[in-house]
Amino acid sequence: MLGLVGRKLVYLVPVVLAVTVLTFLVASLLPGDLAVAMLGDQATPENVAALHRKLGLDLPLWQQYLRWLSAVMVGDLGTSHRTGETVIHAIGGRLPVSLELMGLAEACALLIGVPFAVICAARRDSALDRTLSSGAFGMLSMPPYMLAILLVFVFSIRLGLLPSTGYTALSQGLVANMRSLALPAATLGLVEWPVLMRVLRADMIATLREEFIVAAKAKGLPRWRILLVHALKPSSLTLVTVTGLNLGRLLGGAVIIESIFALPGLGRLLVDSIYSRDFIVVQGVVLFIALGFVSVNFAVDMLYALLDPRIRHGRA
Amino acid sequence: MAALEPDADLEAGIDAARSFGLGFWLAAAWLGVILLLALAANQLPLEDPAHMNLLARRAAPSLHHPLGTDSFGRDLLSRLIFGARSSLLIGLIAPLIGVSVGGALGLLAGYFRGRLEMVTVGVMDVLLAFPPLVLALAVTAYLGQSVANLTAILGLLTIPSATRVARASSLTITQREFVVAAQALGAGHPRILVRQVLPNVMGPLAVLFLLAVAVIIVAEGALSFLGLGVPAPAPSWGSMIAEGSASLDIAPQIAFVPAAAMFFTVLAFNRLGDTLRALSDPRRAAP
Repeated sequence: MLGLVGRKLVYLVPVVLAVTVLTFLVASLLPGDLAVAMLGDQATPENVAALHRKLGLDLPLWQQYLRWLSAVMVGDLGTSHRTGETVIHAIGGRLPVSLELMGLAEACALLIGVPFAVICAARRDSALDRTLSSGAFGMLSMPPYMLAILLVFVFSIRLGLLPSTGYTALSQGLVANMRSLALPAATLGLVEWPVLMRVLRADMIATLREEFIVAAKAKGLPRWRILLVHALKPSSLTLVTVTGLNLGRLLGGAVIIESIFALPGLGRLLVDSIYSRDFIVVQGVVLFIALGFVSVNFAVDMLYALLDPRIRHGRA
Repeated sequence: MAALEPDADLEAGIDAARSFGLGFWLAAAWLGVILLLALAANQLPLEDPAHMNLLARRAAPSLHHPLGTDSFGRDLLSRLIFGARSSLLIGLIAPLIGVSVGGALGLLAGYFRGRLEMVTVGVMDVLLAFPPLVLALAVTAYLGQSVANLTAILGLLTIPSATRVARASSLTITQREFVVAAQALGAGHPRILVRQVLPNVMGPLAVLFLLAVAVIIVAEGALSFLGLGVPAPAPSWGSMIAEGSASLDIAPQIAFVPAAAMFFTVLAFNRLGDTLRALSDPRRAAP
């Protein structure tokens, strides 16, 4: 296991470095002068020159990169040129909202997806299985923004049950907090569950064909016990990986959902910074998200190895 | 081949034809209609999609405006059809770029292995380190909004999955007897790649292409929804949904009409991709 962690870590280093290079280069893609673009209307020659010196834009590209990287290493992602807030501070303030949103969404997706998958696998090819599976297939074609306006229309405009925008912090009460996140989390969860369900259903059907299930049936164990205790755990391996890989999808969804529901999360920070041409923040947020994404996938890989001895011992 | 012997291939073909079902034909018909309308948009008797009539804002459907008008009094039907143009143009070209480039890379990586494979896989891992929509947002922010930039970046995002699919197929095909036989006969690498390996990689890549079209249409819609996609005033389904969502309480159809169009188009591409997958690999298809 330790050897596997080591090997994966050694591979991770160049990937992470390449991610920083790419993030840095994307920023230098900007046609024309970054300083001019950032200053907009206030771009006088003096202002531009001052900002050049401040950002080190007068240095050669590789020196700029090294300068930027060494700052990043100590957690300095730069300072927003509009608000004066450090990027890392801005991220720190926004991250909990995004994490809460994604956590609730994932929980919602699992709550719907896992029972449906178990039911469908247990009653394979029945009318119920066909209906649920087609429903899941249809839901896969539903973009989050579409589902969002549908839910807003039904639950806040027609029924007036839930707020359609705004965020109430957890410190102001759990109920108010949950109410403000109900629609956004439901939207993301409803977009995610079909993916989880389809994966788990397929794995579960394969597991139910195994001999140890036949043995459990022969012992006369109740059906629910076979399904939930014997079959579910060995079938959940792919689900773990997919949950990790789907984080990218979830993050992309969160960017849009936070914008629609006016939640002060990381995605909203990214989009707002793009609107206001605050490129230092854009760069910092993109790097932070990419590094977080890489780390989570690494953790999922390790978890997978921990769960599945076949990977731990050899062919990875 | 003996004509009377029903061989395995034929039977599989018949099964597949049966499994096409109503869903497949509906999907194909819908895409046909949308594609035709998008192509003929300039020839159709439609109002200019950018023509505003502020006296007829959010009008209900009428003879003059079959689907009504949007918040600026623009004809919804006309915007829907011209919006289909941007969605389909980007939705088809971007995956075409991604599947061609990624397919070629994966094909070579799986065939030659060695250092080429290592570098290719490494580069793809770096690209995969960015959540696709986040990378797309950042790059369009820096490059500026245009249909060409949007197509390029969304195409780039399709490359890793195409590379992965092509490499996996190419790896297994390269070890098959007919490839070894071709090598033994003295066929050169280009010939084997084009004549032996490529045809066998095309199937999975075609499936990926159709599914990627669905993903890209959704992604383009997301960027346009955020106002960072197809530049205004050109209509796009994503920006139409965003504009409509502002008047959800008084005229929900402004958002729901383009949303329905996008949903059915994405569903149709998914359906076609899934059917094609069922043809090539029955085990992995949806029920």
